[in-house]
Amino acid sequence: MRHAACSSWINLFRRQNFVFLTGDLGFGALEPLRDEMGQHFINVGIAEQNMVSVAAGMARMGMSAWIYSIAPFCYARPFEQIRNDVCLHGLPVKIVGNGGGYGYGTMGSSHHALEDYGTLLSLPGMRAYVPIFAADVDPMVKKMAQESHPAYLRLGRCERPKEYAIPPYAPWRRLLTGGGTPALVIGPLAGGVIEACWILPEGHRPEIWGLCQLPMTAYPPPQAFIDLVRLRRKLVVIEEHGVHGSAGQMLAHTFLQNNISLDSFVHMHAVGYPSATYGSQSFHRKECGLDKNTLLKILTG
Amino acid sequence: MEDFTLLRKKATKRLLRMHFESQIGHIGGNLSALDAMLYLHHYVMGKNDLFLLSKGHSAGALYVTLWTLGLLSESDLETFHQDGTRLAGHPIPNWGPGILMGTGSLGHGVSLAAGMALAKRFQKQPGRVYCLTSDGEWQEGSTWEGVIFSRHQRLNNLTLLVDVNGLQGFGSTHEVASMNDLAPRLTGFGLHVVEADGHDPESIRCAVNQQEAATQGPFVILLKTVKGKGIEGMENRMESHYLPLDRPRYDQAIQALEIP
Repeated sequence: MRHAACSSWINLFRRQNFVFLTGDLGFGALEPLRDEMGQHFINVGIAEQNMVSVAAGMARMGMSAWIYSIAPFCYARPFEQIRNDVCLHGLPVKIVGNGGGYGYGTMGSSHHALEDYGTLLSLPGMRAYVPIFAADVDPMVKKMAQESHPAYLRLGRCERPKEYAIPPYAPWRRLLTGGGTPALVIGPLAGGVIEACWILPEGHRPEIWGLCQLPMTAYPPPQAFIDLVRLRRKLVVIEEHGVHGSAGQMLAHTFLQNNISLDSFVHMHAVGYPSATYGSQSFHRKECGLDKNTLLKILTG
Repeated sequence: MEDFTLLRKKATKRLLRMHFESQIGHIGGNLSALDAMLYLHHYVMGKNDLFLLSKGHSAGALYVTLWTLGLLSESDLETFHQDGTRLAGHPIPNWGPGILMGTGSLGHGVSLAAGMALAKRFQKQPGRVYCLTSDGEWQEGSTWEGVIFSRHQRLNNLTLLVDVNGLQGFGSTHEVASMNDLAPRLTGFGLHVVEADGHDPESIRCAVNQQEAATQGPFVILLKTVKGKGIEGMENRMESHYLPLDRPRYDQAIQALEIP
């Protein structure tokens, strides 16, 4: 998704002025953006607290500022700067974290982002954007650039199945029709879930929905989704994020507030490092039951 | 500087009354910073200049300074530390005039001011950004991140002022985590550093007059100050960081200010 984001920022820069700050990340992906933006592309070095506050200071002066790093480095390290300097002032700083969830795999827990949007969405005014496909990035970048809110973009690896036609972008959208268990998926995991399910007969396969924008108070479920879960009285929520502050928790809260009751609500989410060993993103997903085979069993069981 | 003497007396009296009536501490660091804030706002800064208070616990001194400029009213000051106020113990976000950003957690101001100075450069705006920090604040790693960035970006429209009163929350800066002397440490990062008596307007004036010499990065003024300046029994005492003024000490301080 980094390359898609790079193209989007280049196009954005050709239309409007902004600064792009990176915490010394972007090798192999952001060089075209650096070359396009010239002095507006600033490598601030390995100093994320400074990066956030500088961006806030520039935003306070009316400039549009984006910051970029590996996901945990740009939300966990400088959390107080995001809280105090950006969110409490309502400044429209855009935070981009690469490697959502276990995206950095064997690089280890320091590089994983299992609590990114949950943490950030606890702050006032924050919006989170979690693309499912690389094609989602461009409409997200355009939307983020227009909004006056602080925002977080969680980039990952696109897992679109070959020959799968992506439906038009929307915060909530139906990704696969089916007569079986409804599922709501956040992030690129949806690609694998679609791949596992779409060969099943349509009448029995899960109906898969994707959610790309949070929090749910700002982007509530559409009526078609509510009607679906009311009718089938069950739901599986799937996300590569810890349970606290998760989309699953937000949805449960939304359902309770709106008197939507289900017979079954299953939440599949990141659970950290249960074996205390490390591996690829696929390895960690499997440990959490977020691999295709386990999810298929849950969705069709 | 006769005018400044009168200005300081008026501002100090109002600051003491504000803190006495609200029974709020932090008076020591307000009194160490007040003279520099007054001098900057009245004699140095023009319409294109910006001031950021990084040591947010000196908010009272900033409020009083803005009051002397007519930017805050008497009734504004009467709300200080009261329910429903916009004059909290540390500057709150999104409220001005003269209050650029909410601060209070130390170590944010240098980078915020650097962002503003850089924005000024991009926007081709004249004027400087002035940022007042405490001395204990330089124990925060983020301040040094801001210094590295500011120097690298050659932000020569940024002036950093340090209120070197030598005392912090639970000891002297020397005892707690010594940064003494700050000057060689900052010059080691390539910054242009001068020292001044933070209570002497002439000394501040001389320091400020040198700021254009810093062409390759921020200009730093280390203001030698006295915590609790002017209050007998509070000067250079750590307790003045926290303890409010009691009636006898307040009366004594006001009386002392009346002596020509």
